[in-house]
Amino acid sequence: MKKVIYAAAILLFGIFALGGCGKEEPKEYLTVFNYGEYMDPDVIDQFTEETGIGIKYEEALTPEELYAKYSSGAISYDLVCSSDYMIQRLIQEGEAQKVDFSSMEYADNIGDRFWEFSRAFDPNNEYALPYFYGTIGILYDTTKVNGPIDSWGVLFDGSYKNDIIMQNSQRDTFMITLKYLGYSLNTSDEGELREAQELLIKQKPDVQAYLVDEARDEVVAGNAAMAVVYSGEAYLGHEYNENLAYVVPKEGSNVWIDSWIVTKNCKNIEAAQKFLDFLCREDIATKNFEYIYYSTPNEAVVANMDEELKNDPAITPTEEDMRNCEVCTQIDEDVVTLYNELWKELKADGGE
Amino acid sequence: MVRLKNVFMKCYLALILLFLYAPIFVLIVLSFNDSRSRVTWGGFTLRWYSALFSNRQILEALRTTLFLGLGSAAIATVIGTLGAVGIQAMRRRGYQIAMSVTNIPILNADIVTGIAMMLWFVRFIPLGFGSVLIAHITFNIPYVILSVMPKLKSLNLSIYEAARDLGAGGVYAFFHIVLPQIGSGILAGFFMALTMSLDDFVITYFTKGAGVNTLSTMIYGEIRKGIKPEMYALSTLLFAVIFVILLLFNLLSGKGKNTEDIIERSR
Amino acid sequence: MKRKYLSTPYIIWVIGFTLFPLITIAVSAFTNDDGAFTWDNIVAISEPINRQALLFSLAIAFGCTLICILLAYPTALFLKSFRFKRKGFTIFLLVLPMWMNFILRILAWQMILSKNGILNFILGKFGLTPLAISNTWIALMIGMVYDFLPYMILPIFNAISDIDEDLIEAARDLGAGSFTVFRKIIFPLSMPGMLSGVVMVFVPAMTSFVIADILGGGKLQLIGNIIEQEFMKSMNWHLGAGLSISLMLLVLIGLAFTMRNDMEEKGTAIW
Repeated sequence: MKKVIYAAAILLFGIFALGGCGKEEPKEYLTVFNYGEYMDPDVIDQFTEETGIGIKYEEALTPEELYAKYSSGAISYDLVCSSDYMIQRLIQEGEAQKVDFSSMEYADNIGDRFWEFSRAFDPNNEYALPYFYGTIGILYDTTKVNGPIDSWGVLFDGSYKNDIIMQNSQRDTFMITLKYLGYSLNTSDEGELREAQELLIKQKPDVQAYLVDEARDEVVAGNAAMAVVYSGEAYLGHEYNENLAYVVPKEGSNVWIDSWIVTKNCKNIEAAQKFLDFLCREDIATKNFEYIYYSTPNEAVVANMDEELKNDPAITPTEEDMRNCEVCTQIDEDVVTLYNELWKELKADGGE
Repeated sequence: MVRLKNVFMKCYLALILLFLYAPIFVLIVLSFNDSRSRVTWGGFTLRWYSALFSNRQILEALRTTLFLGLGSAAIATVIGTLGAVGIQAMRRRGYQIAMSVTNIPILNADIVTGIAMMLWFVRFIPLGFGSVLIAHITFNIPYVILSVMPKLKSLNLSIYEAARDLGAGGVYAFFHIVLPQIGSGILAGFFMALTMSLDDFVITYFTKGAGVNTLSTMIYGEIRKGIKPEMYALSTLLFAVIFVILLLFNLLSGKGKNTEDIIERSR
Repeated sequence: MKRKYLSTPYIIWVIGFTLFPLITIAVSAFTNDDGAFTWDNIVAISEPINRQALLFSLAIAFGCTLICILLAYPTALFLKSFRFKRKGFTIFLLVLPMWMNFILRILAWQMILSKNGILNFILGKFGLTPLAISNTWIALMIGMVYDFLPYMILPIFNAISDIDEDLIEAARDLGAGSFTVFRKIIFPLSMPGMLSGVVMVFVPAMTSFVIADILGGGKLQLIGNIIEQEFMKSMNWHLGAGLSISLMLLVLIGLAFTMRNDMEEKGTAIW
């Protein structure tokens, strides 16, 4: 017993020694809610240094998690970054407040076409500021495939048995199947969704795993020939294994945009705008880009990018890819219920 | 024959330890991997260790994690041990109800417990470090009770009763009679509580305030982009430090017993 | 007899932080989106897909508990027979791996078990055929047993290590063989510890989902996955809460039966 107490005492002492270096406490604070690893920590420090405004930073893994915590009202957030359809939901529920983007010094850095894309969930560009965007496509190992990969068909025609990693997320998985079948990814037509489910059930025996975050690693390690991934992941995959390539299939895909909104609870609007403006500043946006390596809508950053990155479809989607892609929007409650049913049935299929 | 049996037993224990420590070896190897990806080997490096010490966020999270783990485990151990002693004295009905209620935090999926606590806490306390501490103590208590209870069952309570009859106060009797006999159960309970606390992500996530981070919440946040190698370095260091400290304590304090042990085993 | 009042702080704590949050969830389970009372979410567990997941979870949890007992019991026995005086150190040795982050350890298992993984690499060195167990229920089971084993070893070891040596000596002197000693003395006296272990393994195994997602390749659906999905992906908290409450009731009923036996055995354990 005594041993343990001594050990605990030493440990506690160690903890005290670890940190606690007192810094000057800022007078005002912004509470910021963002995805995990979605901002360079230095950027936050720099903002506090330049403006004297402290940041209380909170992270979420998925849009749903973010929504769950946000909507409980447990913490009063000032700024929230989330994905297109979730931003749409928050706007529709009256959680966002209008931001005067024209008064911001650097908001012009965001390319016009991204403001256009945003209209899918923010029709008058009043609330959402685009932050990062990308596509969904196939990351594949060039040494393990025969012939060119340019269609979602390779996932469904049975030629890569047990070599496919699909996304473990209902919306994403249905999305690409709908696209393959030639439907809109925002469809609410039950027949189309059931047709997609049928195809997915047929495909299930060929699927090695449904993963989310580990999908990229499985292809990098050579455990699978291809995986459905977000474009940003594909870039990282290529960094680790140069045999990997990324393609947005010709049938089209999804373009996703993560954006910032200022919540209705935000009291210090001036500070919030300062923060958004800061994120659009070229040097800051570059820093964030080099930390995250997702496609940036900030044209000042793109202009100064290396040629190699500019020509990488995982970092800079081509005009053609973008034209083929659709933005994902919030779907009705009853369609969500249908989605859940279909997804559960798919997962249950062939189970013990 | 005895010798063969001994060899067999040692092999078995070695295999169990290998099973428990196999992933730890993987983490240790990864901490020296000069590649940001966990699945490619980029050569040997020590740079994650130096990067670790300049990473303010990780050190801060480490501090929170240890405070939270040791604090919640200690408080849960006290409340849980007293609780177990009390529950054991209850009549059958009370005992059954109390034991069932005890299990509720482990019966519910973490996500349910986490969201339930969040919705409940929001009504009267701001989320912050305190709310996480309360949540951790709550889900730690069952593990303490479950560790202490078997000890209490095999405990000879007549000594306690006798002490009371001879005029010992309840507190005195508890500390001098009951406590020494259930000590290892309490210790196991404390360790398990600490383990649960260090591991928890979901409940922490929903009950924490903005800006409070534990190592778990940080690691989960990193999954999307790939775990930062600094985390492997930190795990390795923690592992090594704890191991060495406890080994030293064990060697220093156990010397007398140690020889006895060797004599015993060489028989 | 005032001993039971020692549990006062515990009871207050449980009411304040376990029961009240539980009521919040129960309210959500018994209502629908419009706030009206409904049984739908509670009985939803009997729908084919949920029932299938429930049965699969039961099978996995039973299997995991059984394997844990089979692995843990000899471990505890052998540890005792080496007569380690330093029990704290032994406990610590078993718990230490669990102090490394759970997700990191499970990801490490994924690397060990995967197709081009460490295990297959080692097998290849010995000229053995590689195993294709990644993303199957076997991998899921390995992960579960790994995660829960210490919670079985510790209580059993704790119970066994307390058994009075004199009792065993006495039995031997009276002519009992090793097996009789085990059957008549060690096993009955280790029962309370084993029961604690069963609760600590079986119950969390019923609700776990992370291991199924990572090691099972997301192809296996445990009831925990469904509850998680209702909460985090479908955002249907009412249904998620309902499923969770009915799962809880099922397990509680099961435990009540176990506990009754436990109570009855208390008096006879020494014989």
